Amino acid sequence: MTTMIDVRGVEKSFTLHNQGGASFSVLERAQLQVASAECVVLHGQSGAGKSTLLKALYANYAVDGGSIELRDGKQMVDITTALPRRILALRERTVGYVSQFLRVIPRVPTLEVVMQPLLDLGVERAVCQAKAEDLLSRLNVPQRLWSLSPSTFSGGEQQRVNIARGFIVDYPILLLDEPTASLDASNRKVVVQLINEAKARGAAIVGIFHDEDVREAVADRLVDIRAL
Amino acid sequence: MNSICEQPAMLNSDDWQDMEPLLSVQNLSKFYAPGKGCGNVSFDLYPGEVLGIVGESGSGKSTLLNSLSARLVPDEGHVIYRSEQFGELDLYQGEESLRRQLMRSEWGIVHQHPRDGLRMNVSAGANIGERLMAVGERHYSEIRQRAIEWLQAVEIDASRIDDRPSQFSGGMQQRLQIARNLVTHPRLIFMDEPTGGLDVSVQARLLDLLRNLVAQLGLSVIIVTHDLAVARLLAHRLMVMRRGEVVETGLTDQVLDDPQHPYTQLLVSSILQN
Ligand SMILES: Nc1ncnc2c1ncn2[C@@H]1O[C@H](COP(=O)(O)OP(=O)(O)OP(=O)(O)O)[C@@H](O)[C@H]1O
Ligand SMILES: Nc1ncnc2c1ncn2[C@@H]1O[C@H](COP(=O)(O)OP(=O)(O)OP(=O)(O)O)[C@@H](O)[C@H]1O
Ligand SMILES: [Mg+2]
Ligand SMILES: [Mg+2]
Repeated sequence: MTTMIDVRGVEKSFTLHNQGGASFSVLERAQLQVASAECVVLHGQSGAGKSTLLKALYANYAVDGGSIELRDGKQMVDITTALPRRILALRERTVGYVSQFLRVIPRVPTLEVVMQPLLDLGVERAVCQAKAEDLLSRLNVPQRLWSLSPSTFSGGEQQRVNIARGFIVDYPILLLDEPTASLDASNRKVVVQLINEAKARGAAIVGIFHDEDVREAVADRLVDIRAL
Repeated sequence: MNSICEQPAMLNSDDWQDMEPLLSVQNLSKFYAPGKGCGNVSFDLYPGEVLGIVGESGSGKSTLLNSLSARLVPDEGHVIYRSEQFGELDLYQGEESLRRQLMRSEWGIVHQHPRDGLRMNVSAGANIGERLMAVGERHYSEIRQRAIEWLQAVEIDASRIDDRPSQFSGGMQQRLQIARNLVTHPRLIFMDEPTGGLDVSVQARLLDLLRNLVAQLGLSVIIVTHDLAVARLLAHRLMVMRRGEVVETGLTDQVLDDPQHPYTQLLVSSILQN
């Protein structure tokens, strides 16, 4: 069993300087270890800090203390102290993040949006395209939409494009923040399959899923995040 | 709504460990009057990195950019540039002619107003060709061919090659300015509000183009913008300026989604984000 994610003693508080300097703590001494081929689901009430922890694992949020180590090949890299370009390199090939929101790039067609992370790794275009088409088909995104920019798509369509994009690279570490929220049952099933396939190839997965069925179908372990 | 950014690609990210900075800035200061200018700025820029400089009007962004790009002599500090042709240079210690040569070859400068970066009374082709001739290209047919290729790369129809920039729309002029800069394969580009005067749809097209070119060519870029959406789309890293000082710096999406400094929080919250 290889440790892929090692979180120790993480502290995170927010200070709202423009709202009277109110400060509140969200994570205190947070711990989390995730092995390869394991899916850990973060559990806890709304506002408990689940998304905050997930964003910290992607270095999208800075933490105030503790360490967050991610495995990159033979090395563990502490992303709380790593240089920005080190983190960007990790995000290119090692750690993927899928939320329920797609940030649309103006003008770029759906197929390109989905392929891009794999193209950026230097993979041949035909290979990227085949994989993108396969994911979009599996997620029931109609083919007539593939050449259009997702900016005009419905929320659910954008969400599925985002999932396809998130699964195009076989990241060793995957972070999923409610990727199935507002998807119908058949599409939720596809996402469950994708997650289980990722697990089978050895990915370490940390997810947040409000849907009981999804949780049961993918979780090896629940970790409680308590509101402070 | 906090969604993670679509991060700009970094070419050759495998090489991150062995690289030396392209530009090292040490305690750079240039003040016109107290609080007017920029002070005590230090950072390293690595090959392939895009650094965004954001902040309110008058915070010293252009002053800093001009001091970095050898157009404004700083009061204090050093700008060390690792040149392909000349090795490691302390910019303001060397000869003026050297700086001018860098600007024509290894550097590109994209101005907010295309008329500041183009020659309006000569053809589009000549605008591109001029940069090539400045680095020693002499064959007319070769120059014209390269001009055509670059017009196409910036999505200007090759049939417009003999037209003057004054006959182009603002968006086309801006794209021509970019072509003129990129034709000599610079390593480092300085941009001051490159999408400033353009309408939103024209901006989107230019941004998409810039984003692809920067990734394909592995360019290093320092871009000044007051538009946080532009910064998010193009920059790997951000530097936030206020009253001549850098108040926060870091990974672009971290600075925008989890701003630490009161001023950055104000800046981010005052903008409608998508
Ligand atoms: N960028 C931010 N700035 C300030 N406060 C934040 C920020 N991000 C999160 N918070 C606060 O941190 C706390 C935890 O939020 P978080 O989004 O992690 O909760 P969650 O457990 O994911 O909840 P939910 O199940 O509702 O998604 C909340 O009080 C939230 O308002
Ligand atoms: N040549 C000059 N002489 C005197 N003061 C100057 C000169 N150039 C700039 N300043 C002042 O220095 C300060 C910083 O100007 P600068 O142009 O760097 O700001 P900026 O951040 O680029 O603003 P903007 O977003 O409006 O372009 C301003 O107060 C400006 O008035
Ligand atoms: Mg959440
Ligand atoms: Mg300016």
